[in-house]
Amino acid sequence: MSKKLTVLVALILVVLLVFACNKPAETPAPTQEPTPTPAPAETASEEEPEEEPQETALTGKIVVVGSTSVSPTIEMLAADFMERVEPGVTIEVQSVGSSAGVKAAGDGTADIGMASRGIKEEEKALGLDEYVLGFDGIAVVAHPSNEVEDLTSEQIQKIFAGEITNWSEVGGKDADIIVVSREEGSGTRGAFEELMDLDEDVLVTDEAVIAEGNGAVKAQVASKEDSIGYLSLSYLDETVKELKVDGVEVSPENIKAGSYKVSRPFLLLTKGEKSEAVAAFYEYFSTDEAKNIIEDQHLILQ
Amino acid sequence: MRKSKMEKGRITGFIFENIFRLSSILSIVALLVILGYIVYAGAPAMFEVGLRDFLGGLEWRPTKGLFGILPMIVGSIGATLGAILVGVPIGILTAVFLAEVAPEWLARIVRPAVELLAGIPSVIYGFFGLLVIIPIIHSIFGNGGDSMLAAIIILSIMILPTIITITETSLRAVPRSYKEGALALGASHIQTIFQVMIPAARSGILSGVVLGIGRAIGETMAVILVIGNSIKMPSSILDRGRTMTANIALEMSYAAGLHQRMLFATGVILLVFIMILNFILLKLTQERKTR
Repeated sequence: MSKKLTVLVALILVVLLVFACNKPAETPAPTQEPTPTPAPAETASEEEPEEEPQETALTGKIVVVGSTSVSPTIEMLAADFMERVEPGVTIEVQSVGSSAGVKAAGDGTADIGMASRGIKEEEKALGLDEYVLGFDGIAVVAHPSNEVEDLTSEQIQKIFAGEITNWSEVGGKDADIIVVSREEGSGTRGAFEELMDLDEDVLVTDEAVIAEGNGAVKAQVASKEDSIGYLSLSYLDETVKELKVDGVEVSPENIKAGSYKVSRPFLLLTKGEKSEAVAAFYEYFSTDEAKNIIEDQHLILQ
Repeated sequence: MRKSKMEKGRITGFIFENIFRLSSILSIVALLVILGYIVYAGAPAMFEVGLRDFLGGLEWRPTKGLFGILPMIVGSIGATLGAILVGVPIGILTAVFLAEVAPEWLARIVRPAVELLAGIPSVIYGFFGLLVIIPIIHSIFGNGGDSMLAAIIILSIMILPTIITITETSLRAVPRSYKEGALALGASHIQTIFQVMIPAARSGILSGVVLGIGRAIGETMAVILVIGNSIKMPSSILDRGRTMTANIALEMSYAAGLHQRMLFATGVILLVFIMILNFILLKLTQERKTR
């Protein structure tokens, strides 16, 4: 018996050794991998389609760098574009974050930069052209029985940070607030934290119930009278009550107008003259197919 | 004529023997590949972050570069321990009832029911917890109801079948002479059960408990639905918590880079726990065989 055990342990060690010799430095470098949306992730491997070009076929490569929130949408658009529109063009998407995307577009290492936020003052100096792919909106929701209708963004920040812990402090009944948040890494959580200033000095309370996905947040809020959570717009329904933020109701119109605070634009950034391939990609955005893809990602088109 | 038939038989035997061998190798290979991959993906990241910050850290904030899983280790152990404290006595008593006390017709009803309990998918347990247990806890203690307690209740139900089945089997395996001897010495039936039968079946019962622990610590789906998944260190069973399995399952879908590798690293720690359990189990079964 113990001999078998020794053999097993030895086998495990051998396998580990083999794996270890594979140079851990070459680990999958997952930042460059498409985030696992149901996207057809075959962007890179589908190069070299039939070489018989249609007369006006474009060739070339577009490097798109930036926001992790924008990249799933761009990946899906790119896959469709390369498959149906311009098979000669290769699009490479790297999701490394908005700031890196702005920088890459500015110094020319990327043909297109992606940002899931407005351009900051100091970034304006780069002289980038902005294109709004769509808007991402997040609704702040509570249980339908909650009397509170309206919260300021400061109150929301304090509630999620765990500084305000009772509904009576914001005009509701005397009951402890149950904060419902999303898992780390979720784009909705990232956006919410960024927009509500919960990403630097103040963080979401560690007592928050963490629900996996918009649907689970909705279920949690719908089943708990004293809870508060946030949802992507498309998940709203009558089981939860959306709250006004700074007096503004959440709606596509208010988001487009920029008056609803918990929303952000998904920007594509280019510098100077667009190459033919980039111009063709931009043109493709206004086709119905592209619009469908964008809306499927719960974005609000301009 | 005869010889060729024998020859044929030998060849078929040879072929089948190798098919069997191949099948068994497959499962070993699968095990090794899984182990190897988890370690390969998780171990380097573990050292990148630092073992102390990883195993001893109190904060899990991947976006801030904090990867402390101590609250989750406590969550996993706490939920499992709680489930054992609740589930084991109930399980053992049920097994005693089935093996010794219940009339055969009643055992014939209870036993399939217990076995059916084992067949219920874990997500159903989670759903039951979400819709029944959590509201009850909320109505008694407030605070939403998602808690370690909810997880403990669900897990203790989930480990019952394992414990009951194995305990009953080992009670039945106790030699008849033990029981007869005890009764002949004037011990009552209950005394015989608790002072002779259960001690005699000890290693089997312990195996059941260890398997139950394995099931509880590895359970994911049911736990995610009821435990609240907060990253805070739980300080009472009414607090929300998060287990290691829940941590992996919750965050794997969006994680990238170091965050993703740290989830694998969490898996490595979980594997270490499971391996320790299996080792204990192995020792227990050995002990049983040698006796």
